[in-house]
Amino acid sequence: MKPDRTPALLGTVLAAVVLGGLALPQWTLFILTIAFAQGLVVLGLMLLQRAGLVSFGQALYYCIGAYTAGGLGRAFGTGDLFVQMLAGAAAAALVALMLGFLLARYRGIFFGLLSLALSMIFYGLIVKSEALGSTDGMNLVKTTLFGVRPDAAWVRYAMAVAAACLALGAAFLTHRYLKTPLGRLGPAIKDNEIRVEYMGASVRYAIHVNYVIAATLAGAGGALAATSVGHIDPEMAYWTTSGEFVFIAILSGAGSVVAPFFGALVFGAIHTVAYDVSPNTWQMSMGAALLLAIVFLPDGLWSLFVRRRPG
Amino acid sequence: MSQIGPVLVDGIIYSAWLFIAAVGLTLVYGVMKILNVTHGSFYALGAYAGASLTGAWLARGFPPMLSYAVLLGGALLVTLVFAPAIERGLLRFMYAKDEVVILLVTYALFLILEDTIKLIWGVNPYFVAEPYALLGSFEVGGLRYPTYNLILVGLALALSAGLAWVLHSTRVGKLLLAVIHDPEMSRALGVNVDRFYLVTFTLGSLLAAIGGSFTAPTVSVVPGLGVDVIVLSFAVVVIGGLGSLPGAALGAVIVGLVRSVSVHYLPQVELFVIYSVMALVLAFRPRGLFGLAEPRRI
Amino acid sequence: MAALLEAQGLNKSFGAVTAAEGVTAAIEKDSVVGLIGSNGAGKTTFINMITGYLKPDSGSIRYEGRDITALAPRDIARLGICRSFQVPQLYSSLSVRENMLMALGIMLHNADLGGFFSFGRPSVPGHEAPAEDVADRILGRFGLSGYADRNAQVLPGGLRKLLDIALTMAARPRVLLLDEPTSGVSAQEKFGIMEVIMQAVKAEGATVIFVEHDMEVVSRFAGRVLAFYDGRIIADAPPEAALNDAEVRRYVVGGFHA
Repeated sequence: MKPDRTPALLGTVLAAVVLGGLALPQWTLFILTIAFAQGLVVLGLMLLQRAGLVSFGQALYYCIGAYTAGGLGRAFGTGDLFVQMLAGAAAAALVALMLGFLLARYRGIFFGLLSLALSMIFYGLIVKSEALGSTDGMNLVKTTLFGVRPDAAWVRYAMAVAAACLALGAAFLTHRYLKTPLGRLGPAIKDNEIRVEYMGASVRYAIHVNYVIAATLAGAGGALAATSVGHIDPEMAYWTTSGEFVFIAILSGAGSVVAPFFGALVFGAIHTVAYDVSPNTWQMSMGAALLLAIVFLPDGLWSLFVRRRPG
Repeated sequence: MSQIGPVLVDGIIYSAWLFIAAVGLTLVYGVMKILNVTHGSFYALGAYAGASLTGAWLARGFPPMLSYAVLLGGALLVTLVFAPAIERGLLRFMYAKDEVVILLVTYALFLILEDTIKLIWGVNPYFVAEPYALLGSFEVGGLRYPTYNLILVGLALALSAGLAWVLHSTRVGKLLLAVIHDPEMSRALGVNVDRFYLVTFTLGSLLAAIGGSFTAPTVSVVPGLGVDVIVLSFAVVVIGGLGSLPGAALGAVIVGLVRSVSVHYLPQVELFVIYSVMALVLAFRPRGLFGLAEPRRI
Repeated sequence: MAALLEAQGLNKSFGAVTAAEGVTAAIEKDSVVGLIGSNGAGKTTFINMITGYLKPDSGSIRYEGRDITALAPRDIARLGICRSFQVPQLYSSLSVRENMLMALGIMLHNADLGGFFSFGRPSVPGHEAPAEDVADRILGRFGLSGYADRNAQVLPGGLRKLLDIALTMAARPRVLLLDEPTSGVSAQEKFGIMEVIMQAVKAEGATVIFVEHDMEVVSRFAGRVLAFYDGRIIADAPPEAALNDAEVRRYVVGGFHA
């Protein structure tokens, strides 16, 4: 049995953030935090991808998480990161539990289109909602960690470390999940659903579970992003946001629970650099990067680190 | 209910616009089984080409009445420059891949084209309203509507009649229908399916470009114009049925009327209802109201 | 004594086509039953109805006295009624051993919805041994040990069939329905393959129903034969009697539709 290297890898990344973060400038720490937030969403996409499904509507849960965080601040003055992420994740999970009954019956492009439609419905709701600030969105209250508001000089570092702990912790739990019999069903479903059903397992149940987990991760990611940026707006539910997540998922590949975070970081780096070099061509750079990834790295960036076992 | 008149008129105008915007998307899906995100790019390209060329035309003092031809010409030009290059240069190498992967390729192209537009036309808005204002206005139920909107309706009708005629009465059209129904069989019977893909992609993109260019006089043409259109087109096409042209018409009418009703009575739910209809159709009749596509559904 | 599996008056039509008409049969425990009939006669429809893929228009199916007519394939599989497929349903991206481990993993999943807390090497229910050991044992019985690390896609046709059947053994089926287990296999190999299958299956103590076109294979391995024609069972008897039946000779063995 190959030794499981993932926990060590996760630990290494965490250590790198805690130690290396001390030397990083504020803006890098911010990008790192956002990468963790996006990575959470993409981790969920990875689960669905393993089962052969691509969701073009994860922005729905990302936004639910974000607006839950914002709402908590507005209603109760809570700015605590952990409370916000927990609440965001829970809200997203609840919605996914219900929607999953419908979505788990779809495959291929129809799964994608339905997930898209559902996220656009939510977008339609909040973009016209005066109470939620319509297109302007709203600002969040200042973040606190365990009730403590860090010093201005340390906020970004503290956020990055907290984000790392939570995101990598979630990744570890996901990794454990993928080792359970249910977690292992994904590739079997993608490969041959009929076989799975005829062996007595419910494919719909497995997909429903994966969908709820993916939504929970996305909700947590949304709350984290909202708190980091300090502002939320309906754009977070728009199809272009979902598209970005799928983009990062393609970039990352499905090789490891660490891959989504790595992919999100690379995405953030390309975005920042491309925008600095030429603000009017950064999308072009992203598009080109995506094309290159699809054509030359069908298994994502992670495949560069892992040698494929001979078939 | 005195609102009915305006609701209907608004609905019809919006439906016409939606049909023109979306019909190319369903055509491309029907023939090539691709959900083409660059459809939104061609809409924007058409808008920019139409606006900029018409602006130049009018600035030189040429007859304003011919600006409509310029709009058409602009759409045609920009399509011929980009569409064949995209299809022959990139897309045709992707046909063997999974439909979701191809969709992502078109999404990547969409991103590239968004900035290509900025590089060509800059980021400042184009506002060329003359063709819009030129035809004056007409009155219905006490409200004035620009006559230009009738052009949109007329264009939609002309396009649907034209497409229907081409598909059912010409040899090329019938072959296209055959390819829609069964590409493998068509290929086996000697139809040059690859050439059909090129023609279809170009035609579908042209229709999007026409939609953009004829809308240009009514709006301020800015970057990001195609972003909303693409997802709305998805909704129309899904409701009517992927790959069905009568479906696109019906989808356009449904979305147009639904939107018009909500705008007049409860504006907050405008987008909500449109995408709810899309979700409902997917939930209860995934193949759409006239759908041909086999829904992947268990 | 009630039979293990009882079909009573099954009827099924698809528009003008009658796939099953008054199909009645009782399958005894530990028996080996061969289903014969030309294509379209109703054999596969029979299997599809038993395994829950098709619902009969009327009639009932009872398993150990319990009505299973309306159950989904998944639930019927869980009861211990499993099937193999005419076109082997394998996990084409996995190796032979991985296919087996995946099938056993599903058994673990079925037993414990989630299995989040299973650490170490859990015992596969029904086999009372860790999955790796069970996989090796079953692959050994089917003669597939030498191919354990080969990708399932590259196996030759006969071996793919064997793997398809081997996978069903992960479920420790009480009743095993084999849909044309030797089709696509050369005439010389048919007997060999059936020997392997029967030995492996009987070692696990299953009742077997198999569809077969080769009458020699049927005579050799079946204790009882159900002959189908036009959706009806036209003979239900031991092989020698069934194969010599006038109607069977006319409609089945002869090979042509009337």
